Amino acid sequence: MQTSFINIESIRNDFPILKRKVHKDKALVYLDNAATTQKPIQVINAISNYYLTYNSNIHRAVHELAEEATLAYETTRDKIAKFINAKNREEIVFVRGTTEAINLVAYAWGRQNIDKDDIIVTTEYEHHSNIVPWQLLAKEKGAKLEYIGVDDNGELILDHLDKYLQTGKVKLVAFSQMSNVLGTITDSEEIVKRCKKYGVRVLIDGAQSVPHLKVDLQKLDCDFFAFSAHKMLGPTGVGVLWARKELLQNMVPFNGGGDMIREVHKYETTWNDLPYKFEAGTPNIADVIGFAAALDYLDKIGMDKVREHEMELTKYALDKLSQMKGIILYGPKDVTKRGGVISFNLGDIHPHDLATIIDEDGIAIRSGHHCAQVLMERLDVSATSRASFYIYNTKEEVDVFVKSLNRAKELFKL
Amino acid sequence: MSSADIYREIILDYYRNPRNYGKIPDPDISQRDSNPLCGDELEMHINIKDDKVADVKFTGKGCAISQASASMLTELIMGKDFEYVKKLAKEDILDNLGLQNLGPARIKCALLSFKVLKTGIYSYLVDKLKDTASADKMKEEVSGIY
Ligand SMILES: Cc1ncc(COP(=O)(O)O)c(C=O)c1O
Repeated sequence: MQTSFINIESIRNDFPILKRKVHKDKALVYLDNAATTQKPIQVINAISNYYLTYNSNIHRAVHELAEEATLAYETTRDKIAKFINAKNREEIVFVRGTTEAINLVAYAWGRQNIDKDDIIVTTEYEHHSNIVPWQLLAKEKGAKLEYIGVDDNGELILDHLDKYLQTGKVKLVAFSQMSNVLGTITDSEEIVKRCKKYGVRVLIDGAQSVPHLKVDLQKLDCDFFAFSAHKMLGPTGVGVLWARKELLQNMVPFNGGGDMIREVHKYETTWNDLPYKFEAGTPNIADVIGFAAALDYLDKIGMDKVREHEMELTKYALDKLSQMKGIILYGPKDVTKRGGVISFNLGDIHPHDLATIIDEDGIAIRSGHHCAQVLMERLDVSATSRASFYIYNTKEEVDVFVKSLNRAKELFKL
Repeated sequence: MSSADIYREIILDYYRNPRNYGKIPDPDISQRDSNPLCGDELEMHINIKDDKVADVKFTGKGCAISQASASMLTELIMGKDFEYVKKLAKEDILDNLGLQNLGPARIKCALLSFKVLKTGIYSYLVDKLKDTASADKMKEEVSGIY
């Protein structure tokens, strides 16, 4: 049984880890993809091939290995630009992940552009990485942080945005394109449109959207965009900050050191061209190269297919789960408005107990606050359980998951 | 440990009907802690009278293991000599719970209340009893709980 959109069997064969057993003899059912995804053999091979055959530092040396490594590293940048339809390759800055990308913006743009009494707007469904950097900045500058609320359907209340925009004090609106807890897909183009009317800058956290949806930055028209490789089949330790060229040009460097300079004198330094001005030190070469293989893999399947597969799987799971007595499902009911992330609570079973129980059946889900404590407060819960899908998950796995939830109910005498 | 061994009748009962749940006004010991990994929260209040635990209550939220173990801990120390409570070891707690073989992630849930208790005693030794020698020992013990 597979969804009609992709050939799951051949995909699953590319992921060696899916063959392993957990708790002795249980097949692994990996439903923690919103945290990080598994890696196909193509990505693993790309990384090991770099270390086996052309390991070297990039950009400065003139020997053959360095040329090969530099080419592979820079080709990844081109692939990323194409993948998210960015206009210019020099707008792609390699960082460690979404968290670092957002902190880079807060530091290198925020400190120059946010002043006392300015307003930064974020939302109640943000990951801590899109809240804490703004809190730090707001405290430092005496600026204010405001939140777009979340309605009972798990969607943003855009009237709140209008209210803040009308004050004329908003300098930045920062939000995620897909919630890592509710799965809600943000109406990003609408938010950007409203912000543009007031000349307000927009940062989009694409950590959950780029892996699962087709993202087109030229259509989105935002100012900053951040995402992580490890949530889209790539390795950990690589992420991307995309920002408009004219913004990057005027921003101060984030880190000082090698590679980001043009000329260094005793008391003065001039900066390297974009994007190198923001890539100080030896970068994570191996993993950037591995990321290219992940992009190739997703390209081969096609992001439209990825999305269709996940919608079908999510609908299948939601239909089954909503029939369970005592379950509370969070987020939009309509699968066209959400990604393959399902947060829930089952009776009075605490999510940590639930995750422990179903782990015994080989099922990996996430339990806790998902780095979204502001949202937990809004939902009036301390934690939720979360199952999240990717291209290799099947309907049979959803069945195993549902069966295991029923076992947990029995253990808890529900 | 299998879930069937962890989530026994007694653990579920203490989770759903916690004994000694609540607060003590103006307690001799008031200590709170949380487990940042999973967000379990726990606050314990204790009154000491004639070197005995005259009253103990707790409030908190979290998983069945953390909440049931907190409630069972309050029963274990109620009315006991302060010296006995001071000497309690984590093995005593896990034995009392029947949870000797929890994995590394969940053992923190089982010992959160114990850590709160020992931290509270530490503050009591420092602030009220001015017993720095015992306090130093207690501090060491607390940092070794997990
Ligand atoms: C929506 C969202 N934003 C940001 C992050 C942070 O990403 P990273 O840990 O890769 O920096 C995550 C992932 O945990 C996320 O889901």
